[in-house]
Amino acid sequence: MKTLDRLREHLRRDRVFDFMLPKVVFSPALDTRHGPILYLEGVTVSFDGFKALNELTLYIDDGELRCIIGPNGAGKTTMMDVITGKTRPDSGSVYFGQRIDLLRLSETEIAQGGIGRKFQKPTVFEQHTVFENLELSLAGPKGVWHTLFARLTPAQRERIDEVLEIIGLTAQRHRPAGVLSHGQKQWLEIGMLLMQSPRLLLVDEPVAGMTAQETERTAELLTSLAGRHSVVVVEHDMEFVRTIARKVTVLHEGRVLAEGSMDEVQNDPRVIEVYLGE
Amino acid sequence: MLLKRLYESDRGGMILLAALLLAAIVVPLLNLAVPESSPFHLSTYTVTLLGKYLCFALLALALDLIWGYCGILSLGHGAFFALGGYAMGMYLMRQIGERGVYGHPVLPDFMVFLNWQELPWYWHGFDMFWFAVLMVVLVPGLLAFVFGWLAFRSRVTGVYLSIITQALTFALMLAFFRNEMGFGGNNGLTDFKDILGFSLQADGTRVGLFLASAIMLALAYLACRFIVNSRLGRVVVAIRDAEDRTRFVGYKVERFKLWLFVFSAVLAGIAGALYVPQVGIINPSEFSPLNSIELVIWVAIGGRGTLYGAALGAILVNYAKTYFTAALPELWLFALGALFVLVTIFLPRGLVGLVQGRRKPDRPPPRDETPSGETPATTGGPGA
Ligand SMILES: Nc1ncnc2c1ncn2[C@@H]1O[C@H](COP(=O)(O)OP(=O)(O)O)[C@@H](O)[C@H]1O
Ligand SMILES: [Mg+2]
Repeated sequence: MKTLDRLREHLRRDRVFDFMLPKVVFSPALDTRHGPILYLEGVTVSFDGFKALNELTLYIDDGELRCIIGPNGAGKTTMMDVITGKTRPDSGSVYFGQRIDLLRLSETEIAQGGIGRKFQKPTVFEQHTVFENLELSLAGPKGVWHTLFARLTPAQRERIDEVLEIIGLTAQRHRPAGVLSHGQKQWLEIGMLLMQSPRLLLVDEPVAGMTAQETERTAELLTSLAGRHSVVVVEHDMEFVRTIARKVTVLHEGRVLAEGSMDEVQNDPRVIEVYLGE
Repeated sequence: MLLKRLYESDRGGMILLAALLLAAIVVPLLNLAVPESSPFHLSTYTVTLLGKYLCFALLALALDLIWGYCGILSLGHGAFFALGGYAMGMYLMRQIGERGVYGHPVLPDFMVFLNWQELPWYWHGFDMFWFAVLMVVLVPGLLAFVFGWLAFRSRVTGVYLSIITQALTFALMLAFFRNEMGFGGNNGLTDFKDILGFSLQADGTRVGLFLASAIMLALAYLACRFIVNSRLGRVVVAIRDAEDRTRFVGYKVERFKLWLFVFSAVLAGIAGALYVPQVGIINPSEFSPLNSIELVIWVAIGGRGTLYGAALGAILVNYAKTYFTAALPELWLFALGALFVLVTIFLPRGLVGLVQGRRKPDRPPPRDETPSGETPATTGGPGA
């Protein structure tokens, strides 16, 4: 069936073949004139018939800090998978700015193009030092040949120091990332995203397993990033969401259930039902 | 200077290189300059045996580069070794010329025996040494490229990758067993006479081959160390430890794996090419899956992810094998198996892990930074 569809697609006369389209190039002048930096429209992802995302439509504004909440299995991580190219949706469209169709790009191209992602489970390069973790995440050419001869420029070194300062790991710079505490690993991973100078950061459950103090610091960190970057935070912790969020989206069963300020959302009867029913 | 900066952190490697240099001086002297009557004389047989160990060490180095650093467990690396060996064997075959049993001016004996009238197309050019050397590099490299391109692109990893590499070498073994393939079938290629005009029976040639193996091993070690210490090396370790993360940081993981795999296959091919003139034969049993598995055991015993550990493991295990197969041939495989089990359980970092103590393997201090770290402005950097 799929093959047939693909064939039909090829026979359409109102458009040229995919391979003839000019290759999409990310440019620093990402087109966000109309406000949003990210467009998800009618995105559906199903796993063996089960719809993890169901006609999800969502817009993220440029420079915004958005929180996405929702019960377990609501499809939050799947949504991030779709945006970063890890999972291809069955239908729908995903645009970065006005023109860049993310569904056409590979994970690496999307990463290099300015979308950084923190995984739900903190993943850093455990064998490498904190410094090396950031070095590897530097924005810039990442080809095989280039990395064989690459050396840090003073400007890059400064950038690394700056990020070390931001994430509060300056004292740990020479320690292997594997020995860091859970919270420090989360920060390091956020730092790695920052090194890529992304336009959009996707942060999946940044405070899971953190102490109250660590959570507070993370909240400060994320709010300080908004403005220069657009940040999407997925989180369970309501307290945390309340401290950082200006706008909250509630996801449920793969679609948007409610959207608005934290107060509006919390008083929404549908949201109460979902959360109490959990 | 460059050497010093690059390798000052690498004690094990320095010891390996020093040992190679010492061997390269002492072994030829003891063989050529010390009279045979003297107890210090080193027989040509021993020289060749040592040369063989060095080829195995080079092969082990090649495997360690992809397994120890990138986590790609190839169970078919013997195939690249054998292909390099065959390319060299074809050159040596063509050098025999009219001196074969059948005295045919061009065709090797086995082709005359099969009633072939002319040289198959793929045997052309092998009468020239440079061409053979080119093929030693190109054939394993190309196979690794095609294989790796398909495997890594479809994201085959872990056990599955190991199994298909094993299948690859097995398939090649079956193919090379066939007479129609034109590589001498069962018997392979043998009865070599000379290389570059030097008789393979002469002591001088044997010493020369030993030296070539030692030099090649040293060069390959330096090249691997350079790779591992570069940012490329750190990317590769990152792929081993967190492949997805590396991808989302923006590296094309498949390309890194592919080029490392190709480089490793080329090293394995060169090892095979140096091996064949020393042992005087290459046959399909070199493709045997068991060989590739033994290779993995050498690296594990020596200590993977250190480069010099792999070389050490190859030399020690093969020395033990020479000893055992002479003394208690039927026990060798059991001994090897037991050794492997013991090492994996008690010495997960191999023999060098024992010496290294608590120091972490494959963790050179950050090269791009001054250890004191706090004064980034002072680093003018000699290479910058
Ligand atoms: N690879 C997969 N295969 C099958 N089901 C999956 C897969 N990934 C996610 N799911 C299912 O999709 C739903 C949404 O998952 P997820 O996006 O991880 O939820 P959340 O992050 O909101 O907790 C869950 O019910 C989960 O079981
Ligand atoms: Mg999740």
